[in-house]
Parts: sequence; structure tokens; C-alpha cells
Amino acid sequence: MNEENEVLLSVRDLHTSFKTDAGTVQAVNGVSYDLKRGEILGIVGESGSGKSVSAYSIMQILADNGNISGGQVLYKGEDITKWNEHKMRDFRGKCCSIIFQDPMTSLNPVFTIGNQISEAIRLHTDKKGKEIKERAIEMLELVGINEPERRFKQYPFELSGGMRQRVMIAMALACEPDILIADEPTTALDVTIQAQILEEIQKLQKKMGMSVILVTHDLGVIADMCDNIIVMYGGRICERGTADEIFYNPKHEYTKGLLRSIPNISNMKKKLVPIAGTPINMLNLPAGCAFCTRCDAALKVCLTEQPEELWINENHKAACWMNIKEALDEGKGEA
Amino acid sequence: MSENLIEVKNLKQYFPVRAGFKTLQLKAVDDVSFTVGKGETLGLVGESGCGKTTVGRSILHLYEPTAGQVFFEGEEITKKNIAEMRKKMQIVFQDPYSSLNPRMTVEDIIGEPLDVHKLYSNKKERRERILDLMETVGLNAEHATRYAHEFSGGQRQRIGIARALAVNPKFIVCDEPVSALDVSIQAQVINMFEELQEKLGVAYLFIAHDLLVVRHISKRIAVMYLGKIVEIADADELSDHPEHPYTQSLLSAVPIPDPKIARERQRIVLEGDVPSPLHMPTGCPFRTRCKYATEQCAKECPTLKDKGNNHLVACWNR
Repeated sequence: MNEENEVLLSVRDLHTSFKTDAGTVQAVNGVSYDLKRGEILGIVGESGSGKSVSAYSIMQILADNGNISGGQVLYKGEDITKWNEHKMRDFRGKCCSIIFQDPMTSLNPVFTIGNQISEAIRLHTDKKGKEIKERAIEMLELVGINEPERRFKQYPFELSGGMRQRVMIAMALACEPDILIADEPTTALDVTIQAQILEEIQKLQKKMGMSVILVTHDLGVIADMCDNIIVMYGGRICERGTADEIFYNPKHEYTKGLLRSIPNISNMKKKLVPIAGTPINMLNLPAGCAFCTRCDAALKVCLTEQPEELWINENHKAACWMNIKEALDEGKGEA
Repeated sequence: MSENLIEVKNLKQYFPVRAGFKTLQLKAVDDVSFTVGKGETLGLVGESGCGKTTVGRSILHLYEPTAGQVFFEGEEITKKNIAEMRKKMQIVFQDPYSSLNPRMTVEDIIGEPLDVHKLYSNKKERRERILDLMETVGLNAEHATRYAHEFSGGQRQRIGIARALAVNPKFIVCDEPVSALDVSIQAQVINMFEELQEKLGVAYLFIAHDLLVVRHISKRIAVMYLGKIVEIADADELSDHPEHPYTQSLLSAVPIPDPKIARERQRIVLEGDVPSPLHMPTGCPFRTRCKYATEQCAKECPTLKDKGNNHLVACWNR
């Protein structure tokens, strides 16, 4: 297989559900995608769209009440959903690492950051004693932390948000994983630090040749970083394609709405057009398209039938009945 | 703007920090002056630790300012009148996780300012007001009896916004109010802020890191660096013609939701780190990272100078 187009991770019809007192929540509802080596894949969506849960499912780090109820996650051709916990522990950190949104709560407050980075290295490599510390300090330096020796002995509360996130990245990359899942890595940071962290991720991605799944709600970050984009809503993929296709030729009503609702250079003085309604209640999904309750263009069929993903062109797929309607209308015109 | 609602004069906020036997002064806000007009939105941007949040909090006397004065409609805000003043000034906090009491239901959180300032005559009125506020910020009425931990970060922030709106204030310090919200909701909330401003004439000090949002909502924008304001101008003027080298690099770091612009754009990446506010550089605080820095920058700190049409810049080289 061509090294460049090698599919590293393949998610097949993934279903993840959570049991709650109020009923079963189907957080991820039939999601499929491929991650190629060296690719930066952006998953964009709002809270409850299942973007984070789909990423956590890969790592199998779901909460106690959650489980993968269907589908497969193929890593280099092997279905890792069948792996036992022992094998998964090896997978996490060594093959696939994750950076979380909130760098404060994802670091242990009672251990020094040196201790925490060392733990990852000790567990996943053969390094011993001094080597571990050397590697940890090397990683801190790599992610742009000054005075790494001093930082090594500090506790998370002594560092700023940007610094903590750098520590998280250092920890995630310490064992040179193939895949880095970045779950809203810069959401808690401000803009110059965000630019630094994103640049850092891009730089390290190129240097180490890893693949990145970037989960975020920030379309600016997505536009800046990603080759390919997946737009999720209500646990399903509603649109996917190259960055240019998604931004300049959106074919799903939700994507169109999203792009209208964010301030951009071109619409600075105009009033924003928000998407009506509130985010979807995952306990009570509509029978048809998940977005139909908030969609201005909803047809009758949208309420009852789930739209299939259709190819718009070779780089672009969308699951929206409007496209089918348009295609039919065009067909009529020709006939 | 005919009259200033808020006038901040030479505000200083120092925090004592113990370093061994010595006690050092951390100059979180160092000699900051600005005004906010009635019904105006002033955007305040800057990096973490630059003191933008502290400015917001000092105005509300959540910290006792070290020096300087803050006037609300010409009346100086002091320790004595602050309780009364908070009926007119409110704040939406940055962190939706720690700004809500975990032992209180949403109804009680939003109702607390109503209780404190006694803004209702009976229980029914209180409840109606709370439900009304919840609807304004996009929360379901059935969530009123839930606790804060049952909500996502975005929803919690909306509870915080509802709480600030409860007393119908004239001025709200918005400390990163939309950064925790979903994009599809962000626009609703930004529009909501704008509509409230049109309807009630409420003024905002809008602190945020998303410069596109700040530019959209603000009439004027102030840029802070290490406790000092380095540039203030009209939103468009500042975004199109940034004068201060720091503002220039800050603007170039904003992610633009447009892949073509993002690819073509040249980022001005700043050298080095933000100096520790405990050991501030002499002269201009930005000089250690500034490529235009001269000897003069090391000697003296530049003050804000008007470059015409209310574009104030604090830089020796501009």
C-alpha cells in the first residue's frame, strides 16, 4: 500500500450509547470515516453532536455508563473494539494519544508535571531512571516550555493555561504515537497562545508524521489546520469533504447555518444569522434528519426519513434531503 | 458619545506576592485609563495574564483597587456604595464551572440577585422573571430545578448570563462570556447581547479572546499587554490599521474561518515569552518581544497618544 494513502484508522458504523436514568442516549449513531497517515482530520460540531464521544470511543475511555454498542474501529486492519483492557492500555499512549479540552482538570493536581510525563514514558517505553527524566525534559523543550528543568518540578497550578496545555501535548507525544486526538485543544486558551499551540501541533505533526484528529467547534481553527473536515450533528455525520468544499460549497443546511452564524471578515457589520432553537436533546432524537427541528428548509421527508450520505463530488459528501430534491428538480428540468 | 457611563482613571491593581523573605508587587493592572460610553460596547483583548480580567473585576470592586478611580455616571465607586452600585453593574464570569454554586438550583442561582436587591413583590413574580430570563438565554424552563453540575459548560455560562441580567443592569462586564458556548448558540447570545443593548441601553465591557467576536460586537476595542493598554481605537480602525506592533501580531494570530485566507496569511509569530509581571522590563513592557525596539523603549514607558480619529497608541515608534 502506498505509504501516503495508508489508512491508519478506520471507523466503521460506530454506535456509542450511554445508559442514563432518563433512558439510553445514542451519542454516536453510525459514524464511519478513515484516517490516513499524516492527515489532519477535523471533526466539527456543537456540544452533544457526538464529536468528542466518537473520539473517546476510539480510545475506549468512555464513562462507566457508556459502551460501544455497534460497529468497528480498525487500527492497521485490526478491530480494536475487540481488544481487552490490557491490550488497550498498550494502545493508549503508544499508538494513540489524546489531549483534552481542559488542561486543568486533565492534569493531576497533586503530582508534579515531571512526574506525570515520566509516568507515560515509564509505562510505554523501555527507558529507565535518568533516561525517563531526560526524555520528559526533552519533550517539555520540544513543546516550547522554557526552563524545562524547573518546570519539571512544578505542579499544574503553578502553570498558566497555555503552559498546561503544552504539558498535555508533551505527555501525549512522549511515546511518539501514530495518532493524536486533540479534543478542543485550544478552546480554553486565548488567541496568541492558541496560535502557538496550533502551530506547535502542526509542526510536531509534520516532524513525527503522525495523524491528527482535531475535534473542535471553532471553524476558524478548522480552516487553519485541517485537510479534511467532518461536520457532525446529533451523533451523525451530516457532511464531509475537503476544507475548501465545506467552506465554499456547503451542501448541508446545518453547515450552511453554521457558516452564517459566525462573525467573519465579510459579514462584520451585518447582524449574525443564528441557527434557531436549542441544541438537540439526544434522548429524544427525531425519526428523520437530526437537524430537521432547527432547519428552515425542512421538507416533510426530513421529519420521517434519515437522509443517506450522497456524493456531491469526489471530495465531498453530504446527508441532506435538499440535495436529493435539487437533483430531482434538475432531472425534471431536463426531461 | 455624549456622556461617559464608566470612567476609569489611572487604575492600578497590585497584588502582593511572597517570594522568600521579600514581598513583591505583582502589577496586574498598571495605570489604566479608559471610558465606556452609555450603551456602548468596549472590547478588551489581550493575552492571558495581561490583566484584562482584573480590570473588569476592579471596576466592580471585586478587588479593592490599589490606586486610581472608577466613576459610574460621574459618581465615584467606593467601598461604601459598591453594594448599591452592583444593582447597576454586573459581571458574567469567565469560568462557568466555578462561578455557579453547586448546592443551588438554577432557579435559586438566577433568583439570588433578585433576592439580594429585593426586586419582586411575590413568589410568582420571582418565578416568572426567572423563567423569562432562562428563556432569554436559551434554557428550557424544565431545567429550573436542576443543579449546575447537570449542565454542560455552555449551558452553565448561560445561567451565569441570566443571573447578570436579572437586575437589569446598565453596565455588564462580560468576561469571556461566549467562549464556552457552541458556535450555533454563540450567534444567538451575541445577538441577544446586541438586542439587550438596543432595548435597554446597557453598556458592555466585553473581554474576550475571540477577536472576530470582539470586533463584531464592539464599537471600540482596547488592547492590553502586561497590565497596560497599548492601543485603543474604533473596532474597524483597529482591525484594519493596527499601529502597535503587539496589536499587529495579535490580529495576525486570529484564526479566520476561511481556508483560503488562512493559507495565504502570514502570521507574525512573537519571539520569546510574555515576561513575568513580577519582573517587568523597564520602559515599554512589550520591548523584549518587539522587533522595532530602540534604546528609548528601554528607558521610558510610552503613554497613549492620539494619532487622529481617536486612535490611541502607546508606542515610541508610531
